[in-house]
Amino acid sequence: MTQLALVIDLNTCVGCHACVTSCKEWNTSGEAGPMVDRNPYAAEPTGTFFNRVQSFEVGNFPHTQTVHFPKSCLHCEDPPCVPVCPTGASYKRPEDGIVLVDYDKCIGCEYCSWACPYGAREIDEQQKVMKKCTLCVDRLYDQSLPEQERKPVCVLSCPTSARIYGDIHDPESEASKAINDAGGYQLMPEWGTEPANHYLPRRKVDIAIHEEDLQRVDNPLRKEDRGPRAPTTRTTLDDSTSW
Amino acid sequence: MKPALSVILLTTLIGAGQGLFLAYYSAEWFVMLSILARAQTDYSGFAAGLSFLLLAAGLLASFFHLGHPERAWRAAAMWRSSWLSREVITLPLTMLLMLGYALLKLGSYDPLVFVLGESIPIAASTLVGFCAVLALCALYVCTAMIYACLKFLRQWHSPLTVLNFILMGGASGFTLATALSAYTRDGRFAYFVGMAIFLTLAALISRFASLLRNRKLRSPSSLQSAIGVHHPTIRQLAQGAMGGSFNTRAFIHGYGASVVRLARRSFLLLAFIAPVALLQAGSETSAFLCVSAFVLQYLGLLVERWYFFIEAEHPQNIYYQMIS
Amino acid sequence: MTAKAAPKSQVKSTTCYMCACRCGINVTVEDGEVRFIQGNPAHPINKGVLCAKGASGIMKQYSPARLTRPLRRKQGAERGSSEFEEISWEEAFTTISERLHHIRETDPKKFALYTGRDQMQALTGLFAKQFGTPNYAAHGGFCSVNMAAGLIYTIGGSFWEFGGPDLERSRLFVMLGTAEDHHSNPMKIALAKFKRNGGKFIAINPVRSGYAAIADEWIAIKPGTDGALLLAVIHEIIALGLYDRDFLSQYTNSPDLVNVDPDSDDFGLFWRSDKEVEETCIEAENKMWWDRQQEAAVHSHSEHADPRLMGEFEADDGRKIKPAFQLLKERVEQYTPEWAAGITGIDADTIRRLAHEMGITARDEKIELPVPWTDAWGREHESITGNPVSFHAMRGLAAHSNGFQTIRALGILMTILGTIDRPGGFRHKAPFPRPIPPCAKPPKSPDAVQPGAPLEGMPLGFPASPEDLFIDDQGEAVRLDKGFSWEYPLSVHGLMHNVITNAWRGDPYPIDTLMLFMANMAWNSSMNTERVREMLVDKNEDGEYKIPFLVVCDAFHSETIAFADIVLPDTTYLERYDAMSMLDRPISEFEGPIDSVRVPVVPPKGECRPFQDVLVELGTRLKLPRFMNLDGSRKFKDYKDLVINYETEPGSGIGFLMGWRGKGGEKFMRGEPNPNQWEMYAKNNCVYQHELPRSFQYMRNWNRGYLHWAQDHGLIRYTDPVNLHLYSEVLQRFRLAAEGKRPGRQPPDHLRERVRTHFDPLPFYSEPLETQAIDKDRYPLNAITQRPMAMYHSWDSQNAWLRQIHAHNYLFVSPRVGLQNGFGDGDWIWVESAHGRVRCMCRFSEAVEPGTVWTWNAIGKARGAWGLDGNANESQKGFLLNHLISEEIPSGEGEYRFSNSDPITGQAAWYDLRVRVYKADDNEPKQTFPQFATQQRVPGMEPARGKWQAFFKGLGK
Repeated sequence: MTQLALVIDLNTCVGCHACVTSCKEWNTSGEAGPMVDRNPYAAEPTGTFFNRVQSFEVGNFPHTQTVHFPKSCLHCEDPPCVPVCPTGASYKRPEDGIVLVDYDKCIGCEYCSWACPYGAREIDEQQKVMKKCTLCVDRLYDQSLPEQERKPVCVLSCPTSARIYGDIHDPESEASKAINDAGGYQLMPEWGTEPANHYLPRRKVDIAIHEEDLQRVDNPLRKEDRGPRAPTTRTTLDDSTSW
Repeated sequence: MKPALSVILLTTLIGAGQGLFLAYYSAEWFVMLSILARAQTDYSGFAAGLSFLLLAAGLLASFFHLGHPERAWRAAAMWRSSWLSREVITLPLTMLLMLGYALLKLGSYDPLVFVLGESIPIAASTLVGFCAVLALCALYVCTAMIYACLKFLRQWHSPLTVLNFILMGGASGFTLATALSAYTRDGRFAYFVGMAIFLTLAALISRFASLLRNRKLRSPSSLQSAIGVHHPTIRQLAQGAMGGSFNTRAFIHGYGASVVRLARRSFLLLAFIAPVALLQAGSETSAFLCVSAFVLQYLGLLVERWYFFIEAEHPQNIYYQMIS
Repeated sequence: MTAKAAPKSQVKSTTCYMCACRCGINVTVEDGEVRFIQGNPAHPINKGVLCAKGASGIMKQYSPARLTRPLRRKQGAERGSSEFEEISWEEAFTTISERLHHIRETDPKKFALYTGRDQMQALTGLFAKQFGTPNYAAHGGFCSVNMAAGLIYTIGGSFWEFGGPDLERSRLFVMLGTAEDHHSNPMKIALAKFKRNGGKFIAINPVRSGYAAIADEWIAIKPGTDGALLLAVIHEIIALGLYDRDFLSQYTNSPDLVNVDPDSDDFGLFWRSDKEVEETCIEAENKMWWDRQQEAAVHSHSEHADPRLMGEFEADDGRKIKPAFQLLKERVEQYTPEWAAGITGIDADTIRRLAHEMGITARDEKIELPVPWTDAWGREHESITGNPVSFHAMRGLAAHSNGFQTIRALGILMTILGTIDRPGGFRHKAPFPRPIPPCAKPPKSPDAVQPGAPLEGMPLGFPASPEDLFIDDQGEAVRLDKGFSWEYPLSVHGLMHNVITNAWRGDPYPIDTLMLFMANMAWNSSMNTERVREMLVDKNEDGEYKIPFLVVCDAFHSETIAFADIVLPDTTYLERYDAMSMLDRPISEFEGPIDSVRVPVVPPKGECRPFQDVLVELGTRLKLPRFMNLDGSRKFKDYKDLVINYETEPGSGIGFLMGWRGKGGEKFMRGEPNPNQWEMYAKNNCVYQHELPRSFQYMRNWNRGYLHWAQDHGLIRYTDPVNLHLYSEVLQRFRLAAEGKRPGRQPPDHLRERVRTHFDPLPFYSEPLETQAIDKDRYPLNAITQRPMAMYHSWDSQNAWLRQIHAHNYLFVSPRVGLQNGFGDGDWIWVESAHGRVRCMCRFSEAVEPGTVWTWNAIGKARGAWGLDGNANESQKGFLLNHLISEEIPSGEGEYRFSNSDPITGQAAWYDLRVRVYKADDNEPKQTFPQFATQQRVPGMEPARGKWQAFFKGLGK
């Protein structure tokens, strides 16, 4: 069974928000849209976004890490938001595991958002239906798009390729390999929701320096170590003839 | 969680309505079993009507919670998995049965169906009422389970949530019945007041137990598990939106600890202690005290439901602590 | 849904302009409306990716802050009151051209043209030169001129559009200071790849934000002390012999012998032989080495010579001489890691380790590419080697008054590690490398400015000696911004940040008309913002404004608009033609030259007109020679026409665009104009890319094949090698002049010491000028800004999506600072400098060096500006650090006023700011300070949008 998902690499995410606005841009005009904004040019502007980048500080100075953390619907394998929906508007597609909302069925009761521990769903305050990341399902199978563009738009826009898209049930997929190789993990595993999206941790590279590295026969200083030879015109014992 | 007024109204109104029906219907059985004396005037039809109205008011309130109330009918679809869907089915069913019961009681046609044992005549209304009781019990469970089934809302995810809900609904229903009885002097005061005090005290114990339980609860979720970074010191700096979001508006109540403490003390006083005192002091002749007991208890339960939301820590709030 | 007819949808390629990065975009247009903007996968810069700003282009296009009509300040209305009336373009052109005509015929320098991040300096510079005014520059003086000048004067190229780190092959990458806002997507792409390949990334920055977030190591440094760190690293590398001796001997002036006789007039200059050399704008190769084998002086680059880099020698004539490298070694002897630790706040062991990691990685992880090449001296090499240590820096180093010397130190560190234009190190991008310094020079005297005539020479250039300064006989500045004067001799990008102050004060002279394009001088582009706003409305006793006429061209309702006498509504980037030209800053990559264009994808809104067309029209109306045919008729219809038909010299074959030149588009770089050039660009992703043969892609300073190719294609005039200036004879010439040891121009007496101190031929560390001038105990904290990746300067507060990410800003402080000053996280506080104070909210952060406070740049806006409501977060909770920064160095009454800038380049020293912080009183308003009267909307702007907005079809109508 296919389970499409994103694998987000915190080791390369610089927190640029490209995924945030490219998502908004595609989806507000796409099948999942519109995505409304309130107070767009006034105090406390706010709006619907399917994806946001948050920032955290880990540790204390000087050992501080700044972690940028993109968060969208995790398309759980056991999504708690789906069974609670009274209308069936919230559903998980058997064919690819994407969790979606059928806007025509949604009554806007917000119960699914209560049931999501990750805060991945947002009500559209004008259309009054629940909205969330669709993994750009309206791109994935669109034969009118070039094949390499049949991906979530956040994946295409991400400048640090920190978003890997693929079938995590296919061990040969890039996403599965990334999870395996780099220690991919799930968010809040304690709730057993089995999020399909995974995150890759920070990985630190160090350079090992050995004492011997600093003592080498080819040290260029050795080429300079003899002072300049005295000029041959200077008087020396060679000029003495009394031997 | 941020309290949702329409949901608070729904749960308190229908809880009381169900309790009220239970009070009068159970009284009817006690009469049939000759434990209680037959009343001069039987107000059980009227009480059932009132129960129906309370449930209807609750239902009406719930519509304000919906983005698309015109599609509410769709909510019956997922009864196999969704407690909300089950509530959506049981609530109108209960109302229908209550209405049927009330009409049979108030109307002139209430045929005898059979005689139970040798001396207990079972009228159509009694049968319908019995079904209504089954339905309302199911409704109690469904409504409570809407909250109790959300496993990561740990404060809610407990049998106590269901017990509290039944006991508080029952208590407020019996208190209302007591007030009604005191007002109508229909001779059932003693039964109702006794039950009301008993249920209120039981609800107090049960609610207090959940307060104690919740006080000790530690969420297994933390910033560490939320972002998957295992370091003792993590602090959010930005949540990606400075003007707020659905996540901050719907889940973060923003009330200070003193308000929360005041609310807790208020509902313990209003919903439990004050009604018991008033009911104790009240008698069949002091309708005012009994009506006051109900009004205070209902207000207290509104606060209690409000507190119920405030008390629930939604794990999503971990992601929405700071802007910059 | 299904019943709806499919809209007419079209995808057009053009170039993004949500920042200076210039990524390729594909824009979906439906029924004349922009529906979707995505990165162009076929574009060499961004390869399909797009940043947060780029993906929000729609909200810029359809922002209600757009200006749509030419406006004139109403008769009798005070400047700054935003009371405008709509006028026609004809009226605007007539008004401006009549005024400019008079100025040009009388005193052209009374017209000043200054522009922001415009990407059209080839045109604006042409216009200024043709007009005859020296008073022209873009914003580089307050942006990052130190980075450009410091490295161009050292390695013949620089970062960002000029060159960058080869992260593809690098093993160790060190980023110093804030550098997020240039070349951002390519840098992000490369950085991610670099990390995946297992390279180590070290960020040296007072703040761990931006790219530093994903660094393997963060080294917190005190602002303005990078020079000390770099010098200590150089010290350690030289002391341990971790430098690349072969590279230094062959490709730098390290072995060149310097006259060290202090009594000699040539003190500090290279010892030059009497070898016949051609007098050109580039360095003659007549210097001397001391050969190890012969132990005697030989001509530099003699065959088989093995020069000494160290030692002191005596020439035949008895003069004392030392290799330049010896002088560097002596210079850095004092700069021990322990010394630097006290200044930078980085412990000595870390500094040592840093030096070891750089030196050992460079030495032991050598790259060898099997690519044969021939050097400028004719020696054939079988391969190209590289030392995989690379660096990147931008205004974190640049925006300090000691920035030029700091950046020289960085250039020298990169040089001694042997990393210049080599795989894994720093690599140039065409048209770089240039000679050191490049050949273009500013005019040399006031005579260059003549009524009715073009300026003689280029308004901007690269002085190589005091003779290249643009000064009068008294040694005073000719330019309004005092660029190329003794105050800021190498101000190669001008000093836009002092233009308003100087014009207001009439020092060096008053002007008549100031034309500003896309530069928000009444807000975030000025230091001392509050006072600058007052200067703009200040009047002489006769009631005339001190700056009599102000023309502002912008696409948006910026703060500066309010002060205009004439407002010209510019187009957005989706509505016009642009050229990212070889004549300006092309988008070249390491592998070869690339230029690109913008083509309109939608028609201009309202009466918006691209500023380039405005200049072409004005140039034509003013009959500026290059805008006219010989017969006096109009030469260019508009900018689109100019871009393809303009040639640098008649018949030169060099124009704005290098691709598809020649009648049929068969030539590149050089060739006659092609009438179909635009179409060819449009058909090819709006890009022309030429990939050099692999053997021309490296070592270009000395690569004979490349140098000849570059000469053939008109990139350079001479094929001489560009040896790196470890030792800067250029600077020494200025110093000798200041010491009175040099014939010719000498600085005025009050500037002698300043020039002598700062024009040191070897890098040195000095405290920033503001720090020297103020009471450090009273203002103990450094205050800086960082650049958020989702906002480009002030450009995006009118963008409904981006402003949700950065609606207002906090001052980030270490919790220790809060503790010491008695305030808590989120409190309202005052931030006070020697110059002024602002009130803002603070946010505690552990990711900042505790002696530093910082905020995001330009999030704070003036009330009512940028089409925002008066109560918007940007003005009520957002603040601008600029209010605290003086545009002049604090000085006593009657003392000489210097720009708050680097004394060498005139780079605005934004980051030298020192402050103290304290809690605001609880009774004070919960609002940032200062506040200004609400800026009114102007005619032609849309009415306020209302509470709800969703981007859907029809919004743009």
